[in-house]
Amino acid sequence: MQLPSSQEIVEDLEFFDDWEQKYQYIIDLGKALPRLDDAQKTPERLVKGCQSSVWLVTSMMDDKIHFEVDSDAVIVHGLLALVMAAYNDKTPAEITAFDIDGYFEALDLERHITPTRGNGLRAIVGKIQHLAAQHGG
Amino acid sequence: MSFDVAAIRKEFPILSQTVDGKPLVYLDNGATTQKPQVVIDSLVNFYTQCNANVHRGAHQLSDEATRRYEKARDQVATFINAAHRNEVIWTSGTTEGINLVAKGLAQQLEAGDEVVVTEMEHHANLVTWQQACLQSGATLRVAPIFDNGELDLDTFKASLGPNTRMVAFPHVSNALGTVNPVKELTAMAKAYGALVLVDGAQGIAHGDVDVQALGCDFYAFSGHKVFGPTGIGVLWGKQSVLEDWPVWLTGGEMIADVTYQSATWGALPNRLEAGTPNIAGAIGLGTALDWFSNLDIAAVQAHEKALIDAAMTQAADIQGMRLIGTAPNKIGILSFVMDNAHPADIGFILDRQGIAIRTGDNCAQPLMHRLGINGTARASFSLYNTLEEVSAFFAGLRKAQTMLG
Repeated sequence: MQLPSSQEIVEDLEFFDDWEQKYQYIIDLGKALPRLDDAQKTPERLVKGCQSSVWLVTSMMDDKIHFEVDSDAVIVHGLLALVMAAYNDKTPAEITAFDIDGYFEALDLERHITPTRGNGLRAIVGKIQHLAAQHGG
Repeated sequence: MSFDVAAIRKEFPILSQTVDGKPLVYLDNGATTQKPQVVIDSLVNFYTQCNANVHRGAHQLSDEATRRYEKARDQVATFINAAHRNEVIWTSGTTEGINLVAKGLAQQLEAGDEVVVTEMEHHANLVTWQQACLQSGATLRVAPIFDNGELDLDTFKASLGPNTRMVAFPHVSNALGTVNPVKELTAMAKAYGALVLVDGAQGIAHGDVDVQALGCDFYAFSGHKVFGPTGIGVLWGKQSVLEDWPVWLTGGEMIADVTYQSATWGALPNRLEAGTPNIAGAIGLGTALDWFSNLDIAAVQAHEKALIDAAMTQAADIQGMRLIGTAPNKIGILSFVMDNAHPADIGFILDRQGIAIRTGDNCAQPLMHRLGINGTARASFSLYNTLEEVSAFFAGLRKAQTMLG
């Protein structure tokens, strides 16, 4: 499936009234989000949480930043898809302007990006924001 | 006496909570236990009735605070059967207790000396000794476990020798649930005159800790894992060992005489307790231990055994579930991995069903590597859990399998 935009995700998730449908949607998003080749999963790209690990590959495409991500856990990979919908192939200024906390609150998933969850998601968001700031965003 | 789990549950207000509209099934007791009302009341009462600093006795409040605080020390001493009340040193928890010993020992270790730990250590009982050895030039030896999570006693014994200065191991493994034969291990270490520290973080809440019978030199535990508050713990040590143990933290409370250029240390237990202690926490812990002691411990242990036995039986029926830690003598902890499902994913799906477990490396990365895994999902039981909750956990797990499959 084609990855939806962040706005479409908010609308999709609003539509579900039970957690099972919602998590199934996140799992399916995770399945749709391409994974990295093992060769790309180098230690310097690894963001290790104590519960799960994520990898982040970045590159500049003209004035936009392109990300590729992976996780060893399916739901974390799905949550990464939510993050990618917000950040991928956007300009540094767009990334900096995006209210990621508000977005996760709107999705009623803010528990998953609190710094304590140890799943690496918050660290990935921090890295992306830092990179955007370095590029003038 | 006997044990009525329904009645016990009523004493724990948090257990009647719902999570996302579902009854809370709290199976993360290895991380921390819940608190009975009597412990919560003791904290409130302290701050309501007699909050003051201790041992500064210029007024009535301070006298009362000191009385309650020192009574808690007596309660701990009774609970673990310490020979003297001044063998009970307040700490912030197990980690600080182990650090107090390790930092002191590091000053005395030299190249050629050896410290022995096991492959099943929590980071708190590994990194501390590893760093003490790195600082001093001593050698860290790591006694192996079998694949089922049981300590290999023959190799443990062979790891010991005349250069062994310290032997440190857990009473109960936090990641595997293995109960170690503490007396036997201690006796082996004592044959070489080594000091012995037992990491009691997971052992303390299952009853029957008698430090004199164990024969060890140190036993460290945390209050919050035995129905007490967080931020308070105990390092018990033999008086003869603690009396001249190197001080780690210096400051108020722990001194005898001070000049601008020098200081002398006070007597036990204060010499190892610098600064204002966690007074309310100590009182809360004393209350928790009294509460626990008033239960029928044999009946509690039988109940806990029924829980883990039921869990092991039901686990055998789950396809693709592999238990991590199957030592014959095992208590309270069900660690596992699933084919085709990451522990974090299992944790997420259980969480949405109101079931609280731990997922990840269990603060034991080298142990996870030793077992060839990155982490586990871990359900850990306490005396207030029920057989119905064990079944609810497995129902939740089946749902996770379906959703993730």
